[in-house]
Amino acid sequence: MLVAGVDVGSTQTKAVVMDDTRIVGRALLDTGARLHEAAAAAFREALLAAGAREADVACIVGTGYGRFRVQFGHAQVTEISCHARGAVYLFPRTRSVLDIGGQDTKAIRVSETGQVLDFCMNDKCSAGTGRFLGAASQALEIPLSELGPLALRSKNPVTMTTTCTVFAESEILGWLARGRRIEDVLMGVHVAIASRSLSLLRRVGVEPEVTFTGGVARNVAMVRLLEELTGSPVNVSEESHYCGAIGAALYALDRALVGAQAATVAAEAVDGGRGA
Amino acid sequence: MTTKTPTIGSIRNESRRLLEQWWREMAAADHAGRPTAYVFVMGSLGELLRAFDLPVNCPEITSLQTAVRGASLQYLQAAEDSGYSPDICGYVKADVGLHLKDRQHPNGRIPKPALVIATNMCNTYVTWAEIWEQMYGCPVFVLDLPAWRGTRAGAGADGEALRNDRRYVEAQLRDLIALCEDLTGTAFDIDRLREAMAQVNRMAASYHAVLALNQHRPAPFSAIREGITFQGISNLYRGSPEGTRFFELAREEIQDRIRLGMGTLEEKYRLLLAGTTCYAALKRFAEMFEQWGGVFVHSTYMVFAGGGFAPGFAYDLARPIESLAETLLLSAWRGWSMPMFYAQDWLAETVREWSVDGICFHGVKSCRTTSTGLPDVREWLRTRCDIPGLFIQSDLVDPRLWSDAQLKNRIDAFIESLAGRRATAGR
Repeated sequence: MLVAGVDVGSTQTKAVVMDDTRIVGRALLDTGARLHEAAAAAFREALLAAGAREADVACIVGTGYGRFRVQFGHAQVTEISCHARGAVYLFPRTRSVLDIGGQDTKAIRVSETGQVLDFCMNDKCSAGTGRFLGAASQALEIPLSELGPLALRSKNPVTMTTTCTVFAESEILGWLARGRRIEDVLMGVHVAIASRSLSLLRRVGVEPEVTFTGGVARNVAMVRLLEELTGSPVNVSEESHYCGAIGAALYALDRALVGAQAATVAAEAVDGGRGA
Repeated sequence: MTTKTPTIGSIRNESRRLLEQWWREMAAADHAGRPTAYVFVMGSLGELLRAFDLPVNCPEITSLQTAVRGASLQYLQAAEDSGYSPDICGYVKADVGLHLKDRQHPNGRIPKPALVIATNMCNTYVTWAEIWEQMYGCPVFVLDLPAWRGTRAGAGADGEALRNDRRYVEAQLRDLIALCEDLTGTAFDIDRLREAMAQVNRMAASYHAVLALNQHRPAPFSAIREGITFQGISNLYRGSPEGTRFFELAREEIQDRIRLGMGTLEEKYRLLLAGTTCYAALKRFAEMFEQWGGVFVHSTYMVFAGGGFAPGFAYDLARPIESLAETLLLSAWRGWSMPMFYAQDWLAETVREWSVDGICFHGVKSCRTTSTGLPDVREWLRTRCDIPGLFIQSDLVDPRLWSDAQLKNRIDAFIESLAGRRATAGR
């Protein structure tokens, strides 16, 4: 049975098509200003990758900030529930999830079935989120994908005194003006984000295994720092970026299997128990 | 046989009438230049001031009303334009803005303060009072209440510590009485105080009965929608026959609602609010939970800012001043303990008695007093009692600190997790 999850995030939109529990198509696009179009385009692209047609898909669940703009979806579930579900799908022994996204960082404690037991998110500002790395990338004119490997060359990281995304650029430039090496400044940026993220994780209780999801999970320096700070290995998957969409697709599968009248727990909650 | 007429609608109609009447009294006092006392909701001493016929203004309430009326931003900005930092208590800044705008509130004009009474129950009260002292040169009476925390008050009313503290507060109350006599030219009449305290006794009994009625399923009222009305009336009409009548009427209406099967909107999850709501988005705050059947059945604010009385409270009218001092101490203990680090026992008990599914901890950006201990209490209840808690942040009155999408995301996820718990428990 084909199902789909579409995760409309603040910076990127991800779509996954699954045949039961097997991923058969995926897509990743920049979200931009037209959320509905981004959702539809990502879904189409994922369908194409899966070699399927929309009519073949039994159920679609939207997630992310733009979940209510997935107008072709059958239900909406928050990305907190979806990341929890997706992380347990990717690593079944997951009990803690850290998701660093474009504007949000989420720490989630999760049950063996992928149910959210507790969660904490960053404050109202984007301090210490993926956007902070974006600001560093812009200030240093280095592509995002190169930030991690470059930071790992650092031997003497600076101490960033701010995690404010707006002030980050001026502090980065300030360190460069004082003659510090780019890799040391970059590692300082990574340490600031990792420390803040770990603080969130501690608030819900760090219980192994820890799974790192979201776009920033692709950053090798961040993974290394989190492992150092937690003192244990951190799970990262090639699919980490799609974790929310995978969770959404799994919720879609629940719904498709049992029908909207007896929807999944999360979908029931978002439907208010009234069905989609 | 006569059938009792249901009282449905009485709370709405009578609260509206009383609030409009209070605003008319404020305008009349301003117009006539009648001396008015400014007091705070924690430790207001409204019953004592009634013995001197002093009109009472509660600036926390007028500040929150600027937000409910959607007008707080202009007052906040007026205060910030004159140098107040964005970090300062939103109530203070909305009030300072109000005074900078010639005391013109969206609901009417408030009089100048002739006397300010501030306890040390909130970190900000004394400094706030000093702002009016600077503006108007009015006397500020600071009632110094020895700080207790946690379980110390459990030693009981006969403990040595309480006896000593009571004598200390009683002496201060006698100083305040002398100040009120000077200000009003009226001799203190202890029977008038006794009369006002008797009204408080009756009002407190009804107030607690109202809160207890929300143990019913479905809850007959929303602790944040109607809770704000109850707080307003309990403070503005403390010690008055109108206040007493209002809560007796409220009790009757809520009993009628239960009898007639009228409750809040669809109730799927019973919630408890730790902290205050966001008055700048009062309706929206409630709706975000109600959308999924989440109903607030109680709040800490209804206890520590609703008169500070414990269930079963009653003044001892045979020894009014001593009893007033004792009650101030006990309500201060409750006020200090509840929002900070010692709320867990009360919250756990309320979760049991009000059949609560989860607690929403609402941190207020501009209020450290009510927000500092919330994460610790949440953690304690989660790890030791397995009580689910959501921590969110915005503000009391500042709409700039309300982030709709982010709050909705957290609230939706919390409701999803409650649904998950319920489904797991039902398996």
